[in-house]
Amino acid sequence: MAWRALQLSRWPGALAVIAALALVLVALGAVILRAEPGRGLGPADWAAIRFTVVQAALSALISAGLAVPLARALARRDFPGRRWLITLLGAPFLLPVIVAVMGLLAIFGRNGWVNTALAATGLEPVSIYGIQGVVLAHVFFNVPLATRLLLQGWQDIPAEEFRLAAQLRFTKRDLFRHLELPMLSRVLPGAAGLVFVICLTSFAVALILGGGPRATTIELAIYQAFRFEFDLGRAALLSLVQIVVALGACLALFRLLPLHDPGQGLDRVVARWDRSAWDMPVILLGAAFLLLPMLAVLGQGASGLFSMPDAVWWATLRSLIVALSSAALLMLLALPIATLSLRHNAVEAIGFLGLATSPLMIGTGLFIVIFPIADPQAMALLVTVIVNAVMALPFALRILVPGLRQAVDAHGRLAASLGLRGARLWRIVLLPRLRRPLGFALGLGAALSMGDLGVIALFADPARGTLPLQIEQLLAAYRVEAAASASLLLTLCSFSLFWVFDHWGRRGA
Amino acid sequence: MKYLAIGTALLAGAAAAETPVLTIYTYDSFVSDWGPGPAIEKAFEETCGCDLQFVGAGDGAALLARLRLEGARSDADIVLGLDTNLTAAAKETGLFAPHAVDASFDLPIEWSDDTFVPYDWGYFAFVHNADLNAPVSFKDLAQSDLKVVIQDPRSSTPGLGLLMWVKAAYGDEAPGIWDSLSDNVLTVTKGWSEAYGLFLEGEADMVLSYTTSPAYHLIAEEDPSKAAAAFEEGHYLQVEVAAKLAASDQSDLADQFLAFMVTDAFQSVIPTTNWMYPAVTPEGGLPEGFDTLVQPGKALLLSAEDAANLRDEALTEWLGALSN
Amino acid sequence: MLELDGCVFGNGGFRLAADWALDAGARCAVLGPSGAGKSTLLAGIAGFADQVSGTVRADGQALPPVPQHRPVAMLFQDHNLFPHLTVAQNVGLGLRPSLKLTAAERARVADALGQVGLAGLEARKPAELSGGQQSRAAIARLLVMARPVMLLDEPFSALGPAQRTDMLRLVVEVAAKVSASVIMVTHNPEEARALAGLVSFVDGGVASVPAPVEDFFARPPQALRDYIG
Repeated sequence: MAWRALQLSRWPGALAVIAALALVLVALGAVILRAEPGRGLGPADWAAIRFTVVQAALSALISAGLAVPLARALARRDFPGRRWLITLLGAPFLLPVIVAVMGLLAIFGRNGWVNTALAATGLEPVSIYGIQGVVLAHVFFNVPLATRLLLQGWQDIPAEEFRLAAQLRFTKRDLFRHLELPMLSRVLPGAAGLVFVICLTSFAVALILGGGPRATTIELAIYQAFRFEFDLGRAALLSLVQIVVALGACLALFRLLPLHDPGQGLDRVVARWDRSAWDMPVILLGAAFLLLPMLAVLGQGASGLFSMPDAVWWATLRSLIVALSSAALLMLLALPIATLSLRHNAVEAIGFLGLATSPLMIGTGLFIVIFPIADPQAMALLVTVIVNAVMALPFALRILVPGLRQAVDAHGRLAASLGLRGARLWRIVLLPRLRRPLGFALGLGAALSMGDLGVIALFADPARGTLPLQIEQLLAAYRVEAAASASLLLTLCSFSLFWVFDHWGRRGA
Repeated sequence: MKYLAIGTALLAGAAAAETPVLTIYTYDSFVSDWGPGPAIEKAFEETCGCDLQFVGAGDGAALLARLRLEGARSDADIVLGLDTNLTAAAKETGLFAPHAVDASFDLPIEWSDDTFVPYDWGYFAFVHNADLNAPVSFKDLAQSDLKVVIQDPRSSTPGLGLLMWVKAAYGDEAPGIWDSLSDNVLTVTKGWSEAYGLFLEGEADMVLSYTTSPAYHLIAEEDPSKAAAAFEEGHYLQVEVAAKLAASDQSDLADQFLAFMVTDAFQSVIPTTNWMYPAVTPEGGLPEGFDTLVQPGKALLLSAEDAANLRDEALTEWLGALSN
Repeated sequence: MLELDGCVFGNGGFRLAADWALDAGARCAVLGPSGAGKSTLLAGIAGFADQVSGTVRADGQALPPVPQHRPVAMLFQDHNLFPHLTVAQNVGLGLRPSLKLTAAERARVADALGQVGLAGLEARKPAELSGGQQSRAAIARLLVMARPVMLLDEPFSALGPAQRTDMLRLVVEVAAKVSASVIMVTHNPEEARALAGLVSFVDGGVASVPAPVEDFFARPPQALRDYIG
């Protein structure tokens, strides 16, 4: 294998894995050690676990299912503005939760466009509140991510295979079966697994749109154990359940992932002869579903954008610094782990640990560890940087691993024969070949960190908080308009960060 | 050179010792730029010759959780922002010291507690648009087609307040009330902000908030379009309190602050920053606009002990009624 | 009979003109410097490149614009086999893309594999074959496809000289069996000789009228002399 020829070191990967593991395990361990005997899991907890798994599974299936036609249509259609549309379609995933929910409500809410239209035609209104709303919101968040991952898969199918398919007179069904299905079987489980884990720890969305305590998720049960009962043991137990479900799902999916050697297709323009009249309607529908709620939000905050209090601008600056540092740290963790996972597939599952662990638990655990040593508030931004990087790890890995595998397979032997090793190998061969996924992963990491509330209130210093925290405070002080403007600013920042990195990657590739 | 260094260090140490630091843990919105924190810090520092430092720690429940995690090693001298649903649990920790404040509180109920000093209070209420023909009781609400947004008692202070409100008003009949209300509950949110946001977006007819909420719209935005519904059962009170920590290394200063807390300098800041009623009405009275607020006929409040004892039962009833 | 009637093919900004015809069963090697447009010629005939002007006809019928509908079978430089399908499946695709083969069709596949010397390797995946065996499998598929025009775009360039000659012989054999014309791009004059047919030289945006290979090498164009050196 080229892998062996290159003599890629395992040590950096092992260290990064240990660092990511340590963060989660130390936090969990601290909570468990600090816990007093409490009551175990009751029937209500099991109901929460059931609901969580069901909604996450539904969200994952539907998100992945909808992403297939959308990515397929985008993969085989070229039209003016396609690049822009693809970038824009990624936006919902980067939106702060509360902003996105308000956007969805503007479309699907009781006074939303859909219900207004239904009422005008004399039809019964539809309700967004209930499990359908939870799934709708999760689908809205995650279709963009799944679409991007699948689109990458489609673009990785060598152009020659499509020509060969045309030669062989493949029907659309044959083409799907012989070219697209093998690709999907490689890419889809990973994408669906990622969405599943994201939805596992969902909390605010499930509550706002869930319509009541039927929609109790594990994360809410952890919240309850922690602050309603101060039962740290139960909180830790629930947290473990969450991790076990997430890792179990991931490992099952990784077992399903066949090790496939992607061909070394030449990067010609992928011309295809299987376009469908449905492609453009699918693209338009997808764009409408993903972009209309965003438009609705953008309209709300624009007027007050330049009359916000200074504190908001300072918070923005702090958030930008946190986002960039977090993205840098993310790469330091993700590249070595991705390298290691070329050898040991299951390593990638470790990346999911951070995402699968309740942020409340990580925050509480780190607080218990840090408090005796240092002032937690002085460490707030640092801890936010670290936690955000670990949370974004699974996304970065999913994006980087296929590209890295391809680069090593395609150019590993040549690089080895030229004696390229270590840092030089990365600088001259691997990083340039990885530019496109690298840009995507960096952009995603920075944008997610920008919009994330990060560590819970225990660390936060409201006077030196980040932009999302500032928005919460504005809302808590009835400043709805200023909060809308600050949300718009946050959205613009997240999106700009993503755009800058993503375009850097796509321009060079 | 060496002596100079030691001398400088000593001087610096002495200077630091001259300005004692009083650390107060409170909830985030108290210390934010739009909360009472900045004005109160300024006012107290003018008189105390000290450095007052507010530390924001989430909301009331997170505040207590943080104290429990820190235990006696906490830097906090005072905790400000617990309410009567939390005081029993707070007292149980043994972390708090008795106070020496003597004031005539303008609360709708008798207040006598040797540990916790109230600084403001408010009534929970359902806020609606003024043009709505609002219900006059929980039963009236249950019979209407109106949709309300409430907060989850497991993650939100007002949510827990509503639980106690129904329990205090209806006792053993509370499950039946929740049953009849379940089709009026549009959704349940994590915290107050989300719920209030949904209401302002027009998603719901009413939202669980405070009788003082319309005052914000009236005074800060000159918008008289919001009102709170007066319920015949009476309204549950939220009394927000502060207390001194037994392990405080600034015990005198902490006492001084608690005393300051019930003076006009503190109390006059509260109405238009925290949007609650001051615990001791300042000499100048309440700001203009507060007179327009609805005045409940009856104030409900469970004692700290009752609230603690009834909490789990009330939660189970609530979960049972709304999960069907 | 394959006619390129005043054809100009476009690939991006590049243009290639060809105006000649090939008899049924004729074999033509396409020689020319790198980047001269050899592959564009094949892509134009197969329908992958834009038809800027002119018409491609087979047996007097203008070919439809869609590649799927052209009576053409092509071998590429690489990616001629799907890595996740077995050898038999890869050949079977030439008969039925759905892979729902009848017993008779399965027998044809086995027979074709036997004719190219791959009997017994039906169940192997491409990765388990040598480079030469992979080429044989692709040729077996040409056999079962039995299209009147075969286009070869340097499909054997990764093989050694001896193997390359073997493969060419095999292609000639297969083409003869199905009476197909063969057009093969190569950069190697020896291969053009081995194909033993006509030669078209591509240079300056034009594919020259095919000439018999002996005549061609007896009076090579100046550009070819520069090219071979």
